[in-house]
Amino acid sequence: MSGLQEHTAITSLGQARVWEAGEGEPLGFLAGFGGLPKWLPVLDKLAEQRRVVAPSLPGFPGGADPDLLDDHLDWLLATGDTLDGAGLAGADLIGASVGGALAADIAAVRPDLVKRLVLIAPFGLYDERDPVADVFAQKPGTLPEVLSTRPDAYKEYSALPEGESELEWQVTGVRANAAAARILWPLGDTRLVKRLARITAPTLIIWGEEDKIIPPSYAQRFADAISGPVTVKTIAGAGHAVEFDAPDVVADAVIGFLGN
Amino acid sequence: MKFLWFHLMPYPDLPDDFKETHPSVWVDIDPHLFDPARGHAVYHEYMDELEFAANAGFDAICVNEHHSNAYGLMPSPNLIASTLARNTTDTALCVMGNSLALYNPPTRVAEEMAMIDCISGGRMIAGFPLGTPMDTCYAYGQNPALLRARYMEAVDLVTRAWEEEEPFAFNGRFNQQRYVNVWPRPVQKPRPPVWVPGSGSVETWQMCAERNFLYAYLSYFGWQASAGVMKGFWNHMKEAGKEPNPFNAGFLQFVGVAENRKEAEKLYAGPADYFYNRCLHLGPMYANPPGYTSEASLRAKLGSQVTAAANQGAGSGISGPARDFSNTKFFDEGHVIIGSPDEVADKLREVAIELNVGNVLLLLHFGNMSRELTNYNTQLFAEKVMPQVRDLFEDEWENPWWPQPMPQSQRVDRSKTTAQMVAAQ
Repeated sequence: MSGLQEHTAITSLGQARVWEAGEGEPLGFLAGFGGLPKWLPVLDKLAEQRRVVAPSLPGFPGGADPDLLDDHLDWLLATGDTLDGAGLAGADLIGASVGGALAADIAAVRPDLVKRLVLIAPFGLYDERDPVADVFAQKPGTLPEVLSTRPDAYKEYSALPEGESELEWQVTGVRANAAAARILWPLGDTRLVKRLARITAPTLIIWGEEDKIIPPSYAQRFADAISGPVTVKTIAGAGHAVEFDAPDVVADAVIGFLGN
Repeated sequence: MKFLWFHLMPYPDLPDDFKETHPSVWVDIDPHLFDPARGHAVYHEYMDELEFAANAGFDAICVNEHHSNAYGLMPSPNLIASTLARNTTDTALCVMGNSLALYNPPTRVAEEMAMIDCISGGRMIAGFPLGTPMDTCYAYGQNPALLRARYMEAVDLVTRAWEEEEPFAFNGRFNQQRYVNVWPRPVQKPRPPVWVPGSGSVETWQMCAERNFLYAYLSYFGWQASAGVMKGFWNHMKEAGKEPNPFNAGFLQFVGVAENRKEAEKLYAGPADYFYNRCLHLGPMYANPPGYTSEASLRAKLGSQVTAAANQGAGSGISGPARDFSNTKFFDEGHVIIGSPDEVADKLREVAIELNVGNVLLLLHFGNMSRELTNYNTQLFAEKVMPQVRDLFEDEWENPWWPQPMPQSQRVDRSKTTAQMVAAQ
């Protein structure tokens, strides 16, 4: 990775880590399941064209303490504060998985914050005819293969970095999963369906064809409900962690959608 | 020493190949395995066994709460406890207990338990477990990251609802009620004794120390698995400036009594095998929802390699993942204490002293044990084991954690009312 910088955003809940790289117009990124324990190749690729700004949401690695967040309104306010604090008001915004559910909601209820929206396999909906899998009830050790079509690479990405404390690394991982549980438990349904029509920003929806958590059919559910112009891009060979499984394809699609 | 006779109420007809053909005994247990006609029979059998134990002289009979669980047929222990309140006279009723965070509003529990306390004439122990991940987060859909906060608030609300003399408004983080006013009122003042079954969390120890609740560690892996947790509990109590009163604590133990050890092995190997190899076939995917374990407890667990190894080896209490149990491992490792009455009495005395625990919750029925064997085990324990250990701790320590019923003379004598009814006809 080249030119990765870290600074701090002040939010209503306290300080949040902000990672950024690249130059030009800011492009926000709200990470998926597990948050951003490390920088991602897809973000390097995007940073070749844009200034990528990735603030940490409460509970995720680098994020503020989520203990005071009781309900979904609290989460939306905290997400808005984090984007504001990271200087992302009015910027283009990417949200993946858990971060995608919140990014979509922010685009609906705080349209001033989001210019154009990219949703990568977002949570937030639940259709019992085609249910979302229980990401929180997987056999121990199987999550990499459930989330990614490149489980070995995913394991390597999630592994303890040299020189870090094993205990802190594990606690950070559990805390990130607990934050996702706070937002999504038990079905992944944040009642976003009631607010999707409020999204007027141009939107790109990206889905992995091999997503084992949220069926790819959900891409169309999102597309049908959003009021703004929507483009859907499905990616062969990619799982739920699309941006991890297919960084180049995802980056090209995003840059193509947003323009350089 | 107090002896509590505890029934889990397992479904007794899980198939022989259950472990191979089904993912879990809990949460997604196959509904087709339940035969309601069999349910009719076993509920009566199990309630008979609890009443048999009461008549045999146990200090308490004990019921608990599980959901979507084939080894625990009591989603509502209060229903069972209310019938036991009618059909027993002097035995304490330990409802161990109600998972408070599952009830909306939690004052429902305050009301039902007050009813049981009234019906029984003040014989009820109020158990307040946080609840296992399987029961609370998966079967009942509670958010694991908020469960403990909800539970703590509900404990406050329910105990206040019993203790306050006037209706009050409750403005909590999760519960808002303009009028909290529990009718009926519990017999016991200021409230029934509160017992908290835990799994070794620091927060639970803290709550028990601060609020003078009894702490019980309920492990299916016997006294050896309990030893480490009880040590941690007593260390915490010492730091909190509390006396090491053994009646402040309880532990769970499977026991099988017979003429001699060899006979006991023969009698109890089948039911123990059924319990450990079918009832405890838990899907590991349901054992550890993120946020269920507090960060402090997680750090304590991860920080101590010794504890981590023990948790992996012995299972962390009720919610521990499934393990392999070879033939009679459960006897050799003390999960089930078996032997002659003298052997069992010696062992229980030794263990109670070592753990410094004055309440033993006994599983004398386990797995698919028959009514005959259950009653034999119960009778033999009551007649030959209990008298040998009963004196333990009794002279040295007060016991404020035991129910204080109405005086006998003021309680309804159902044998008389039944006789009058017959005479009137």
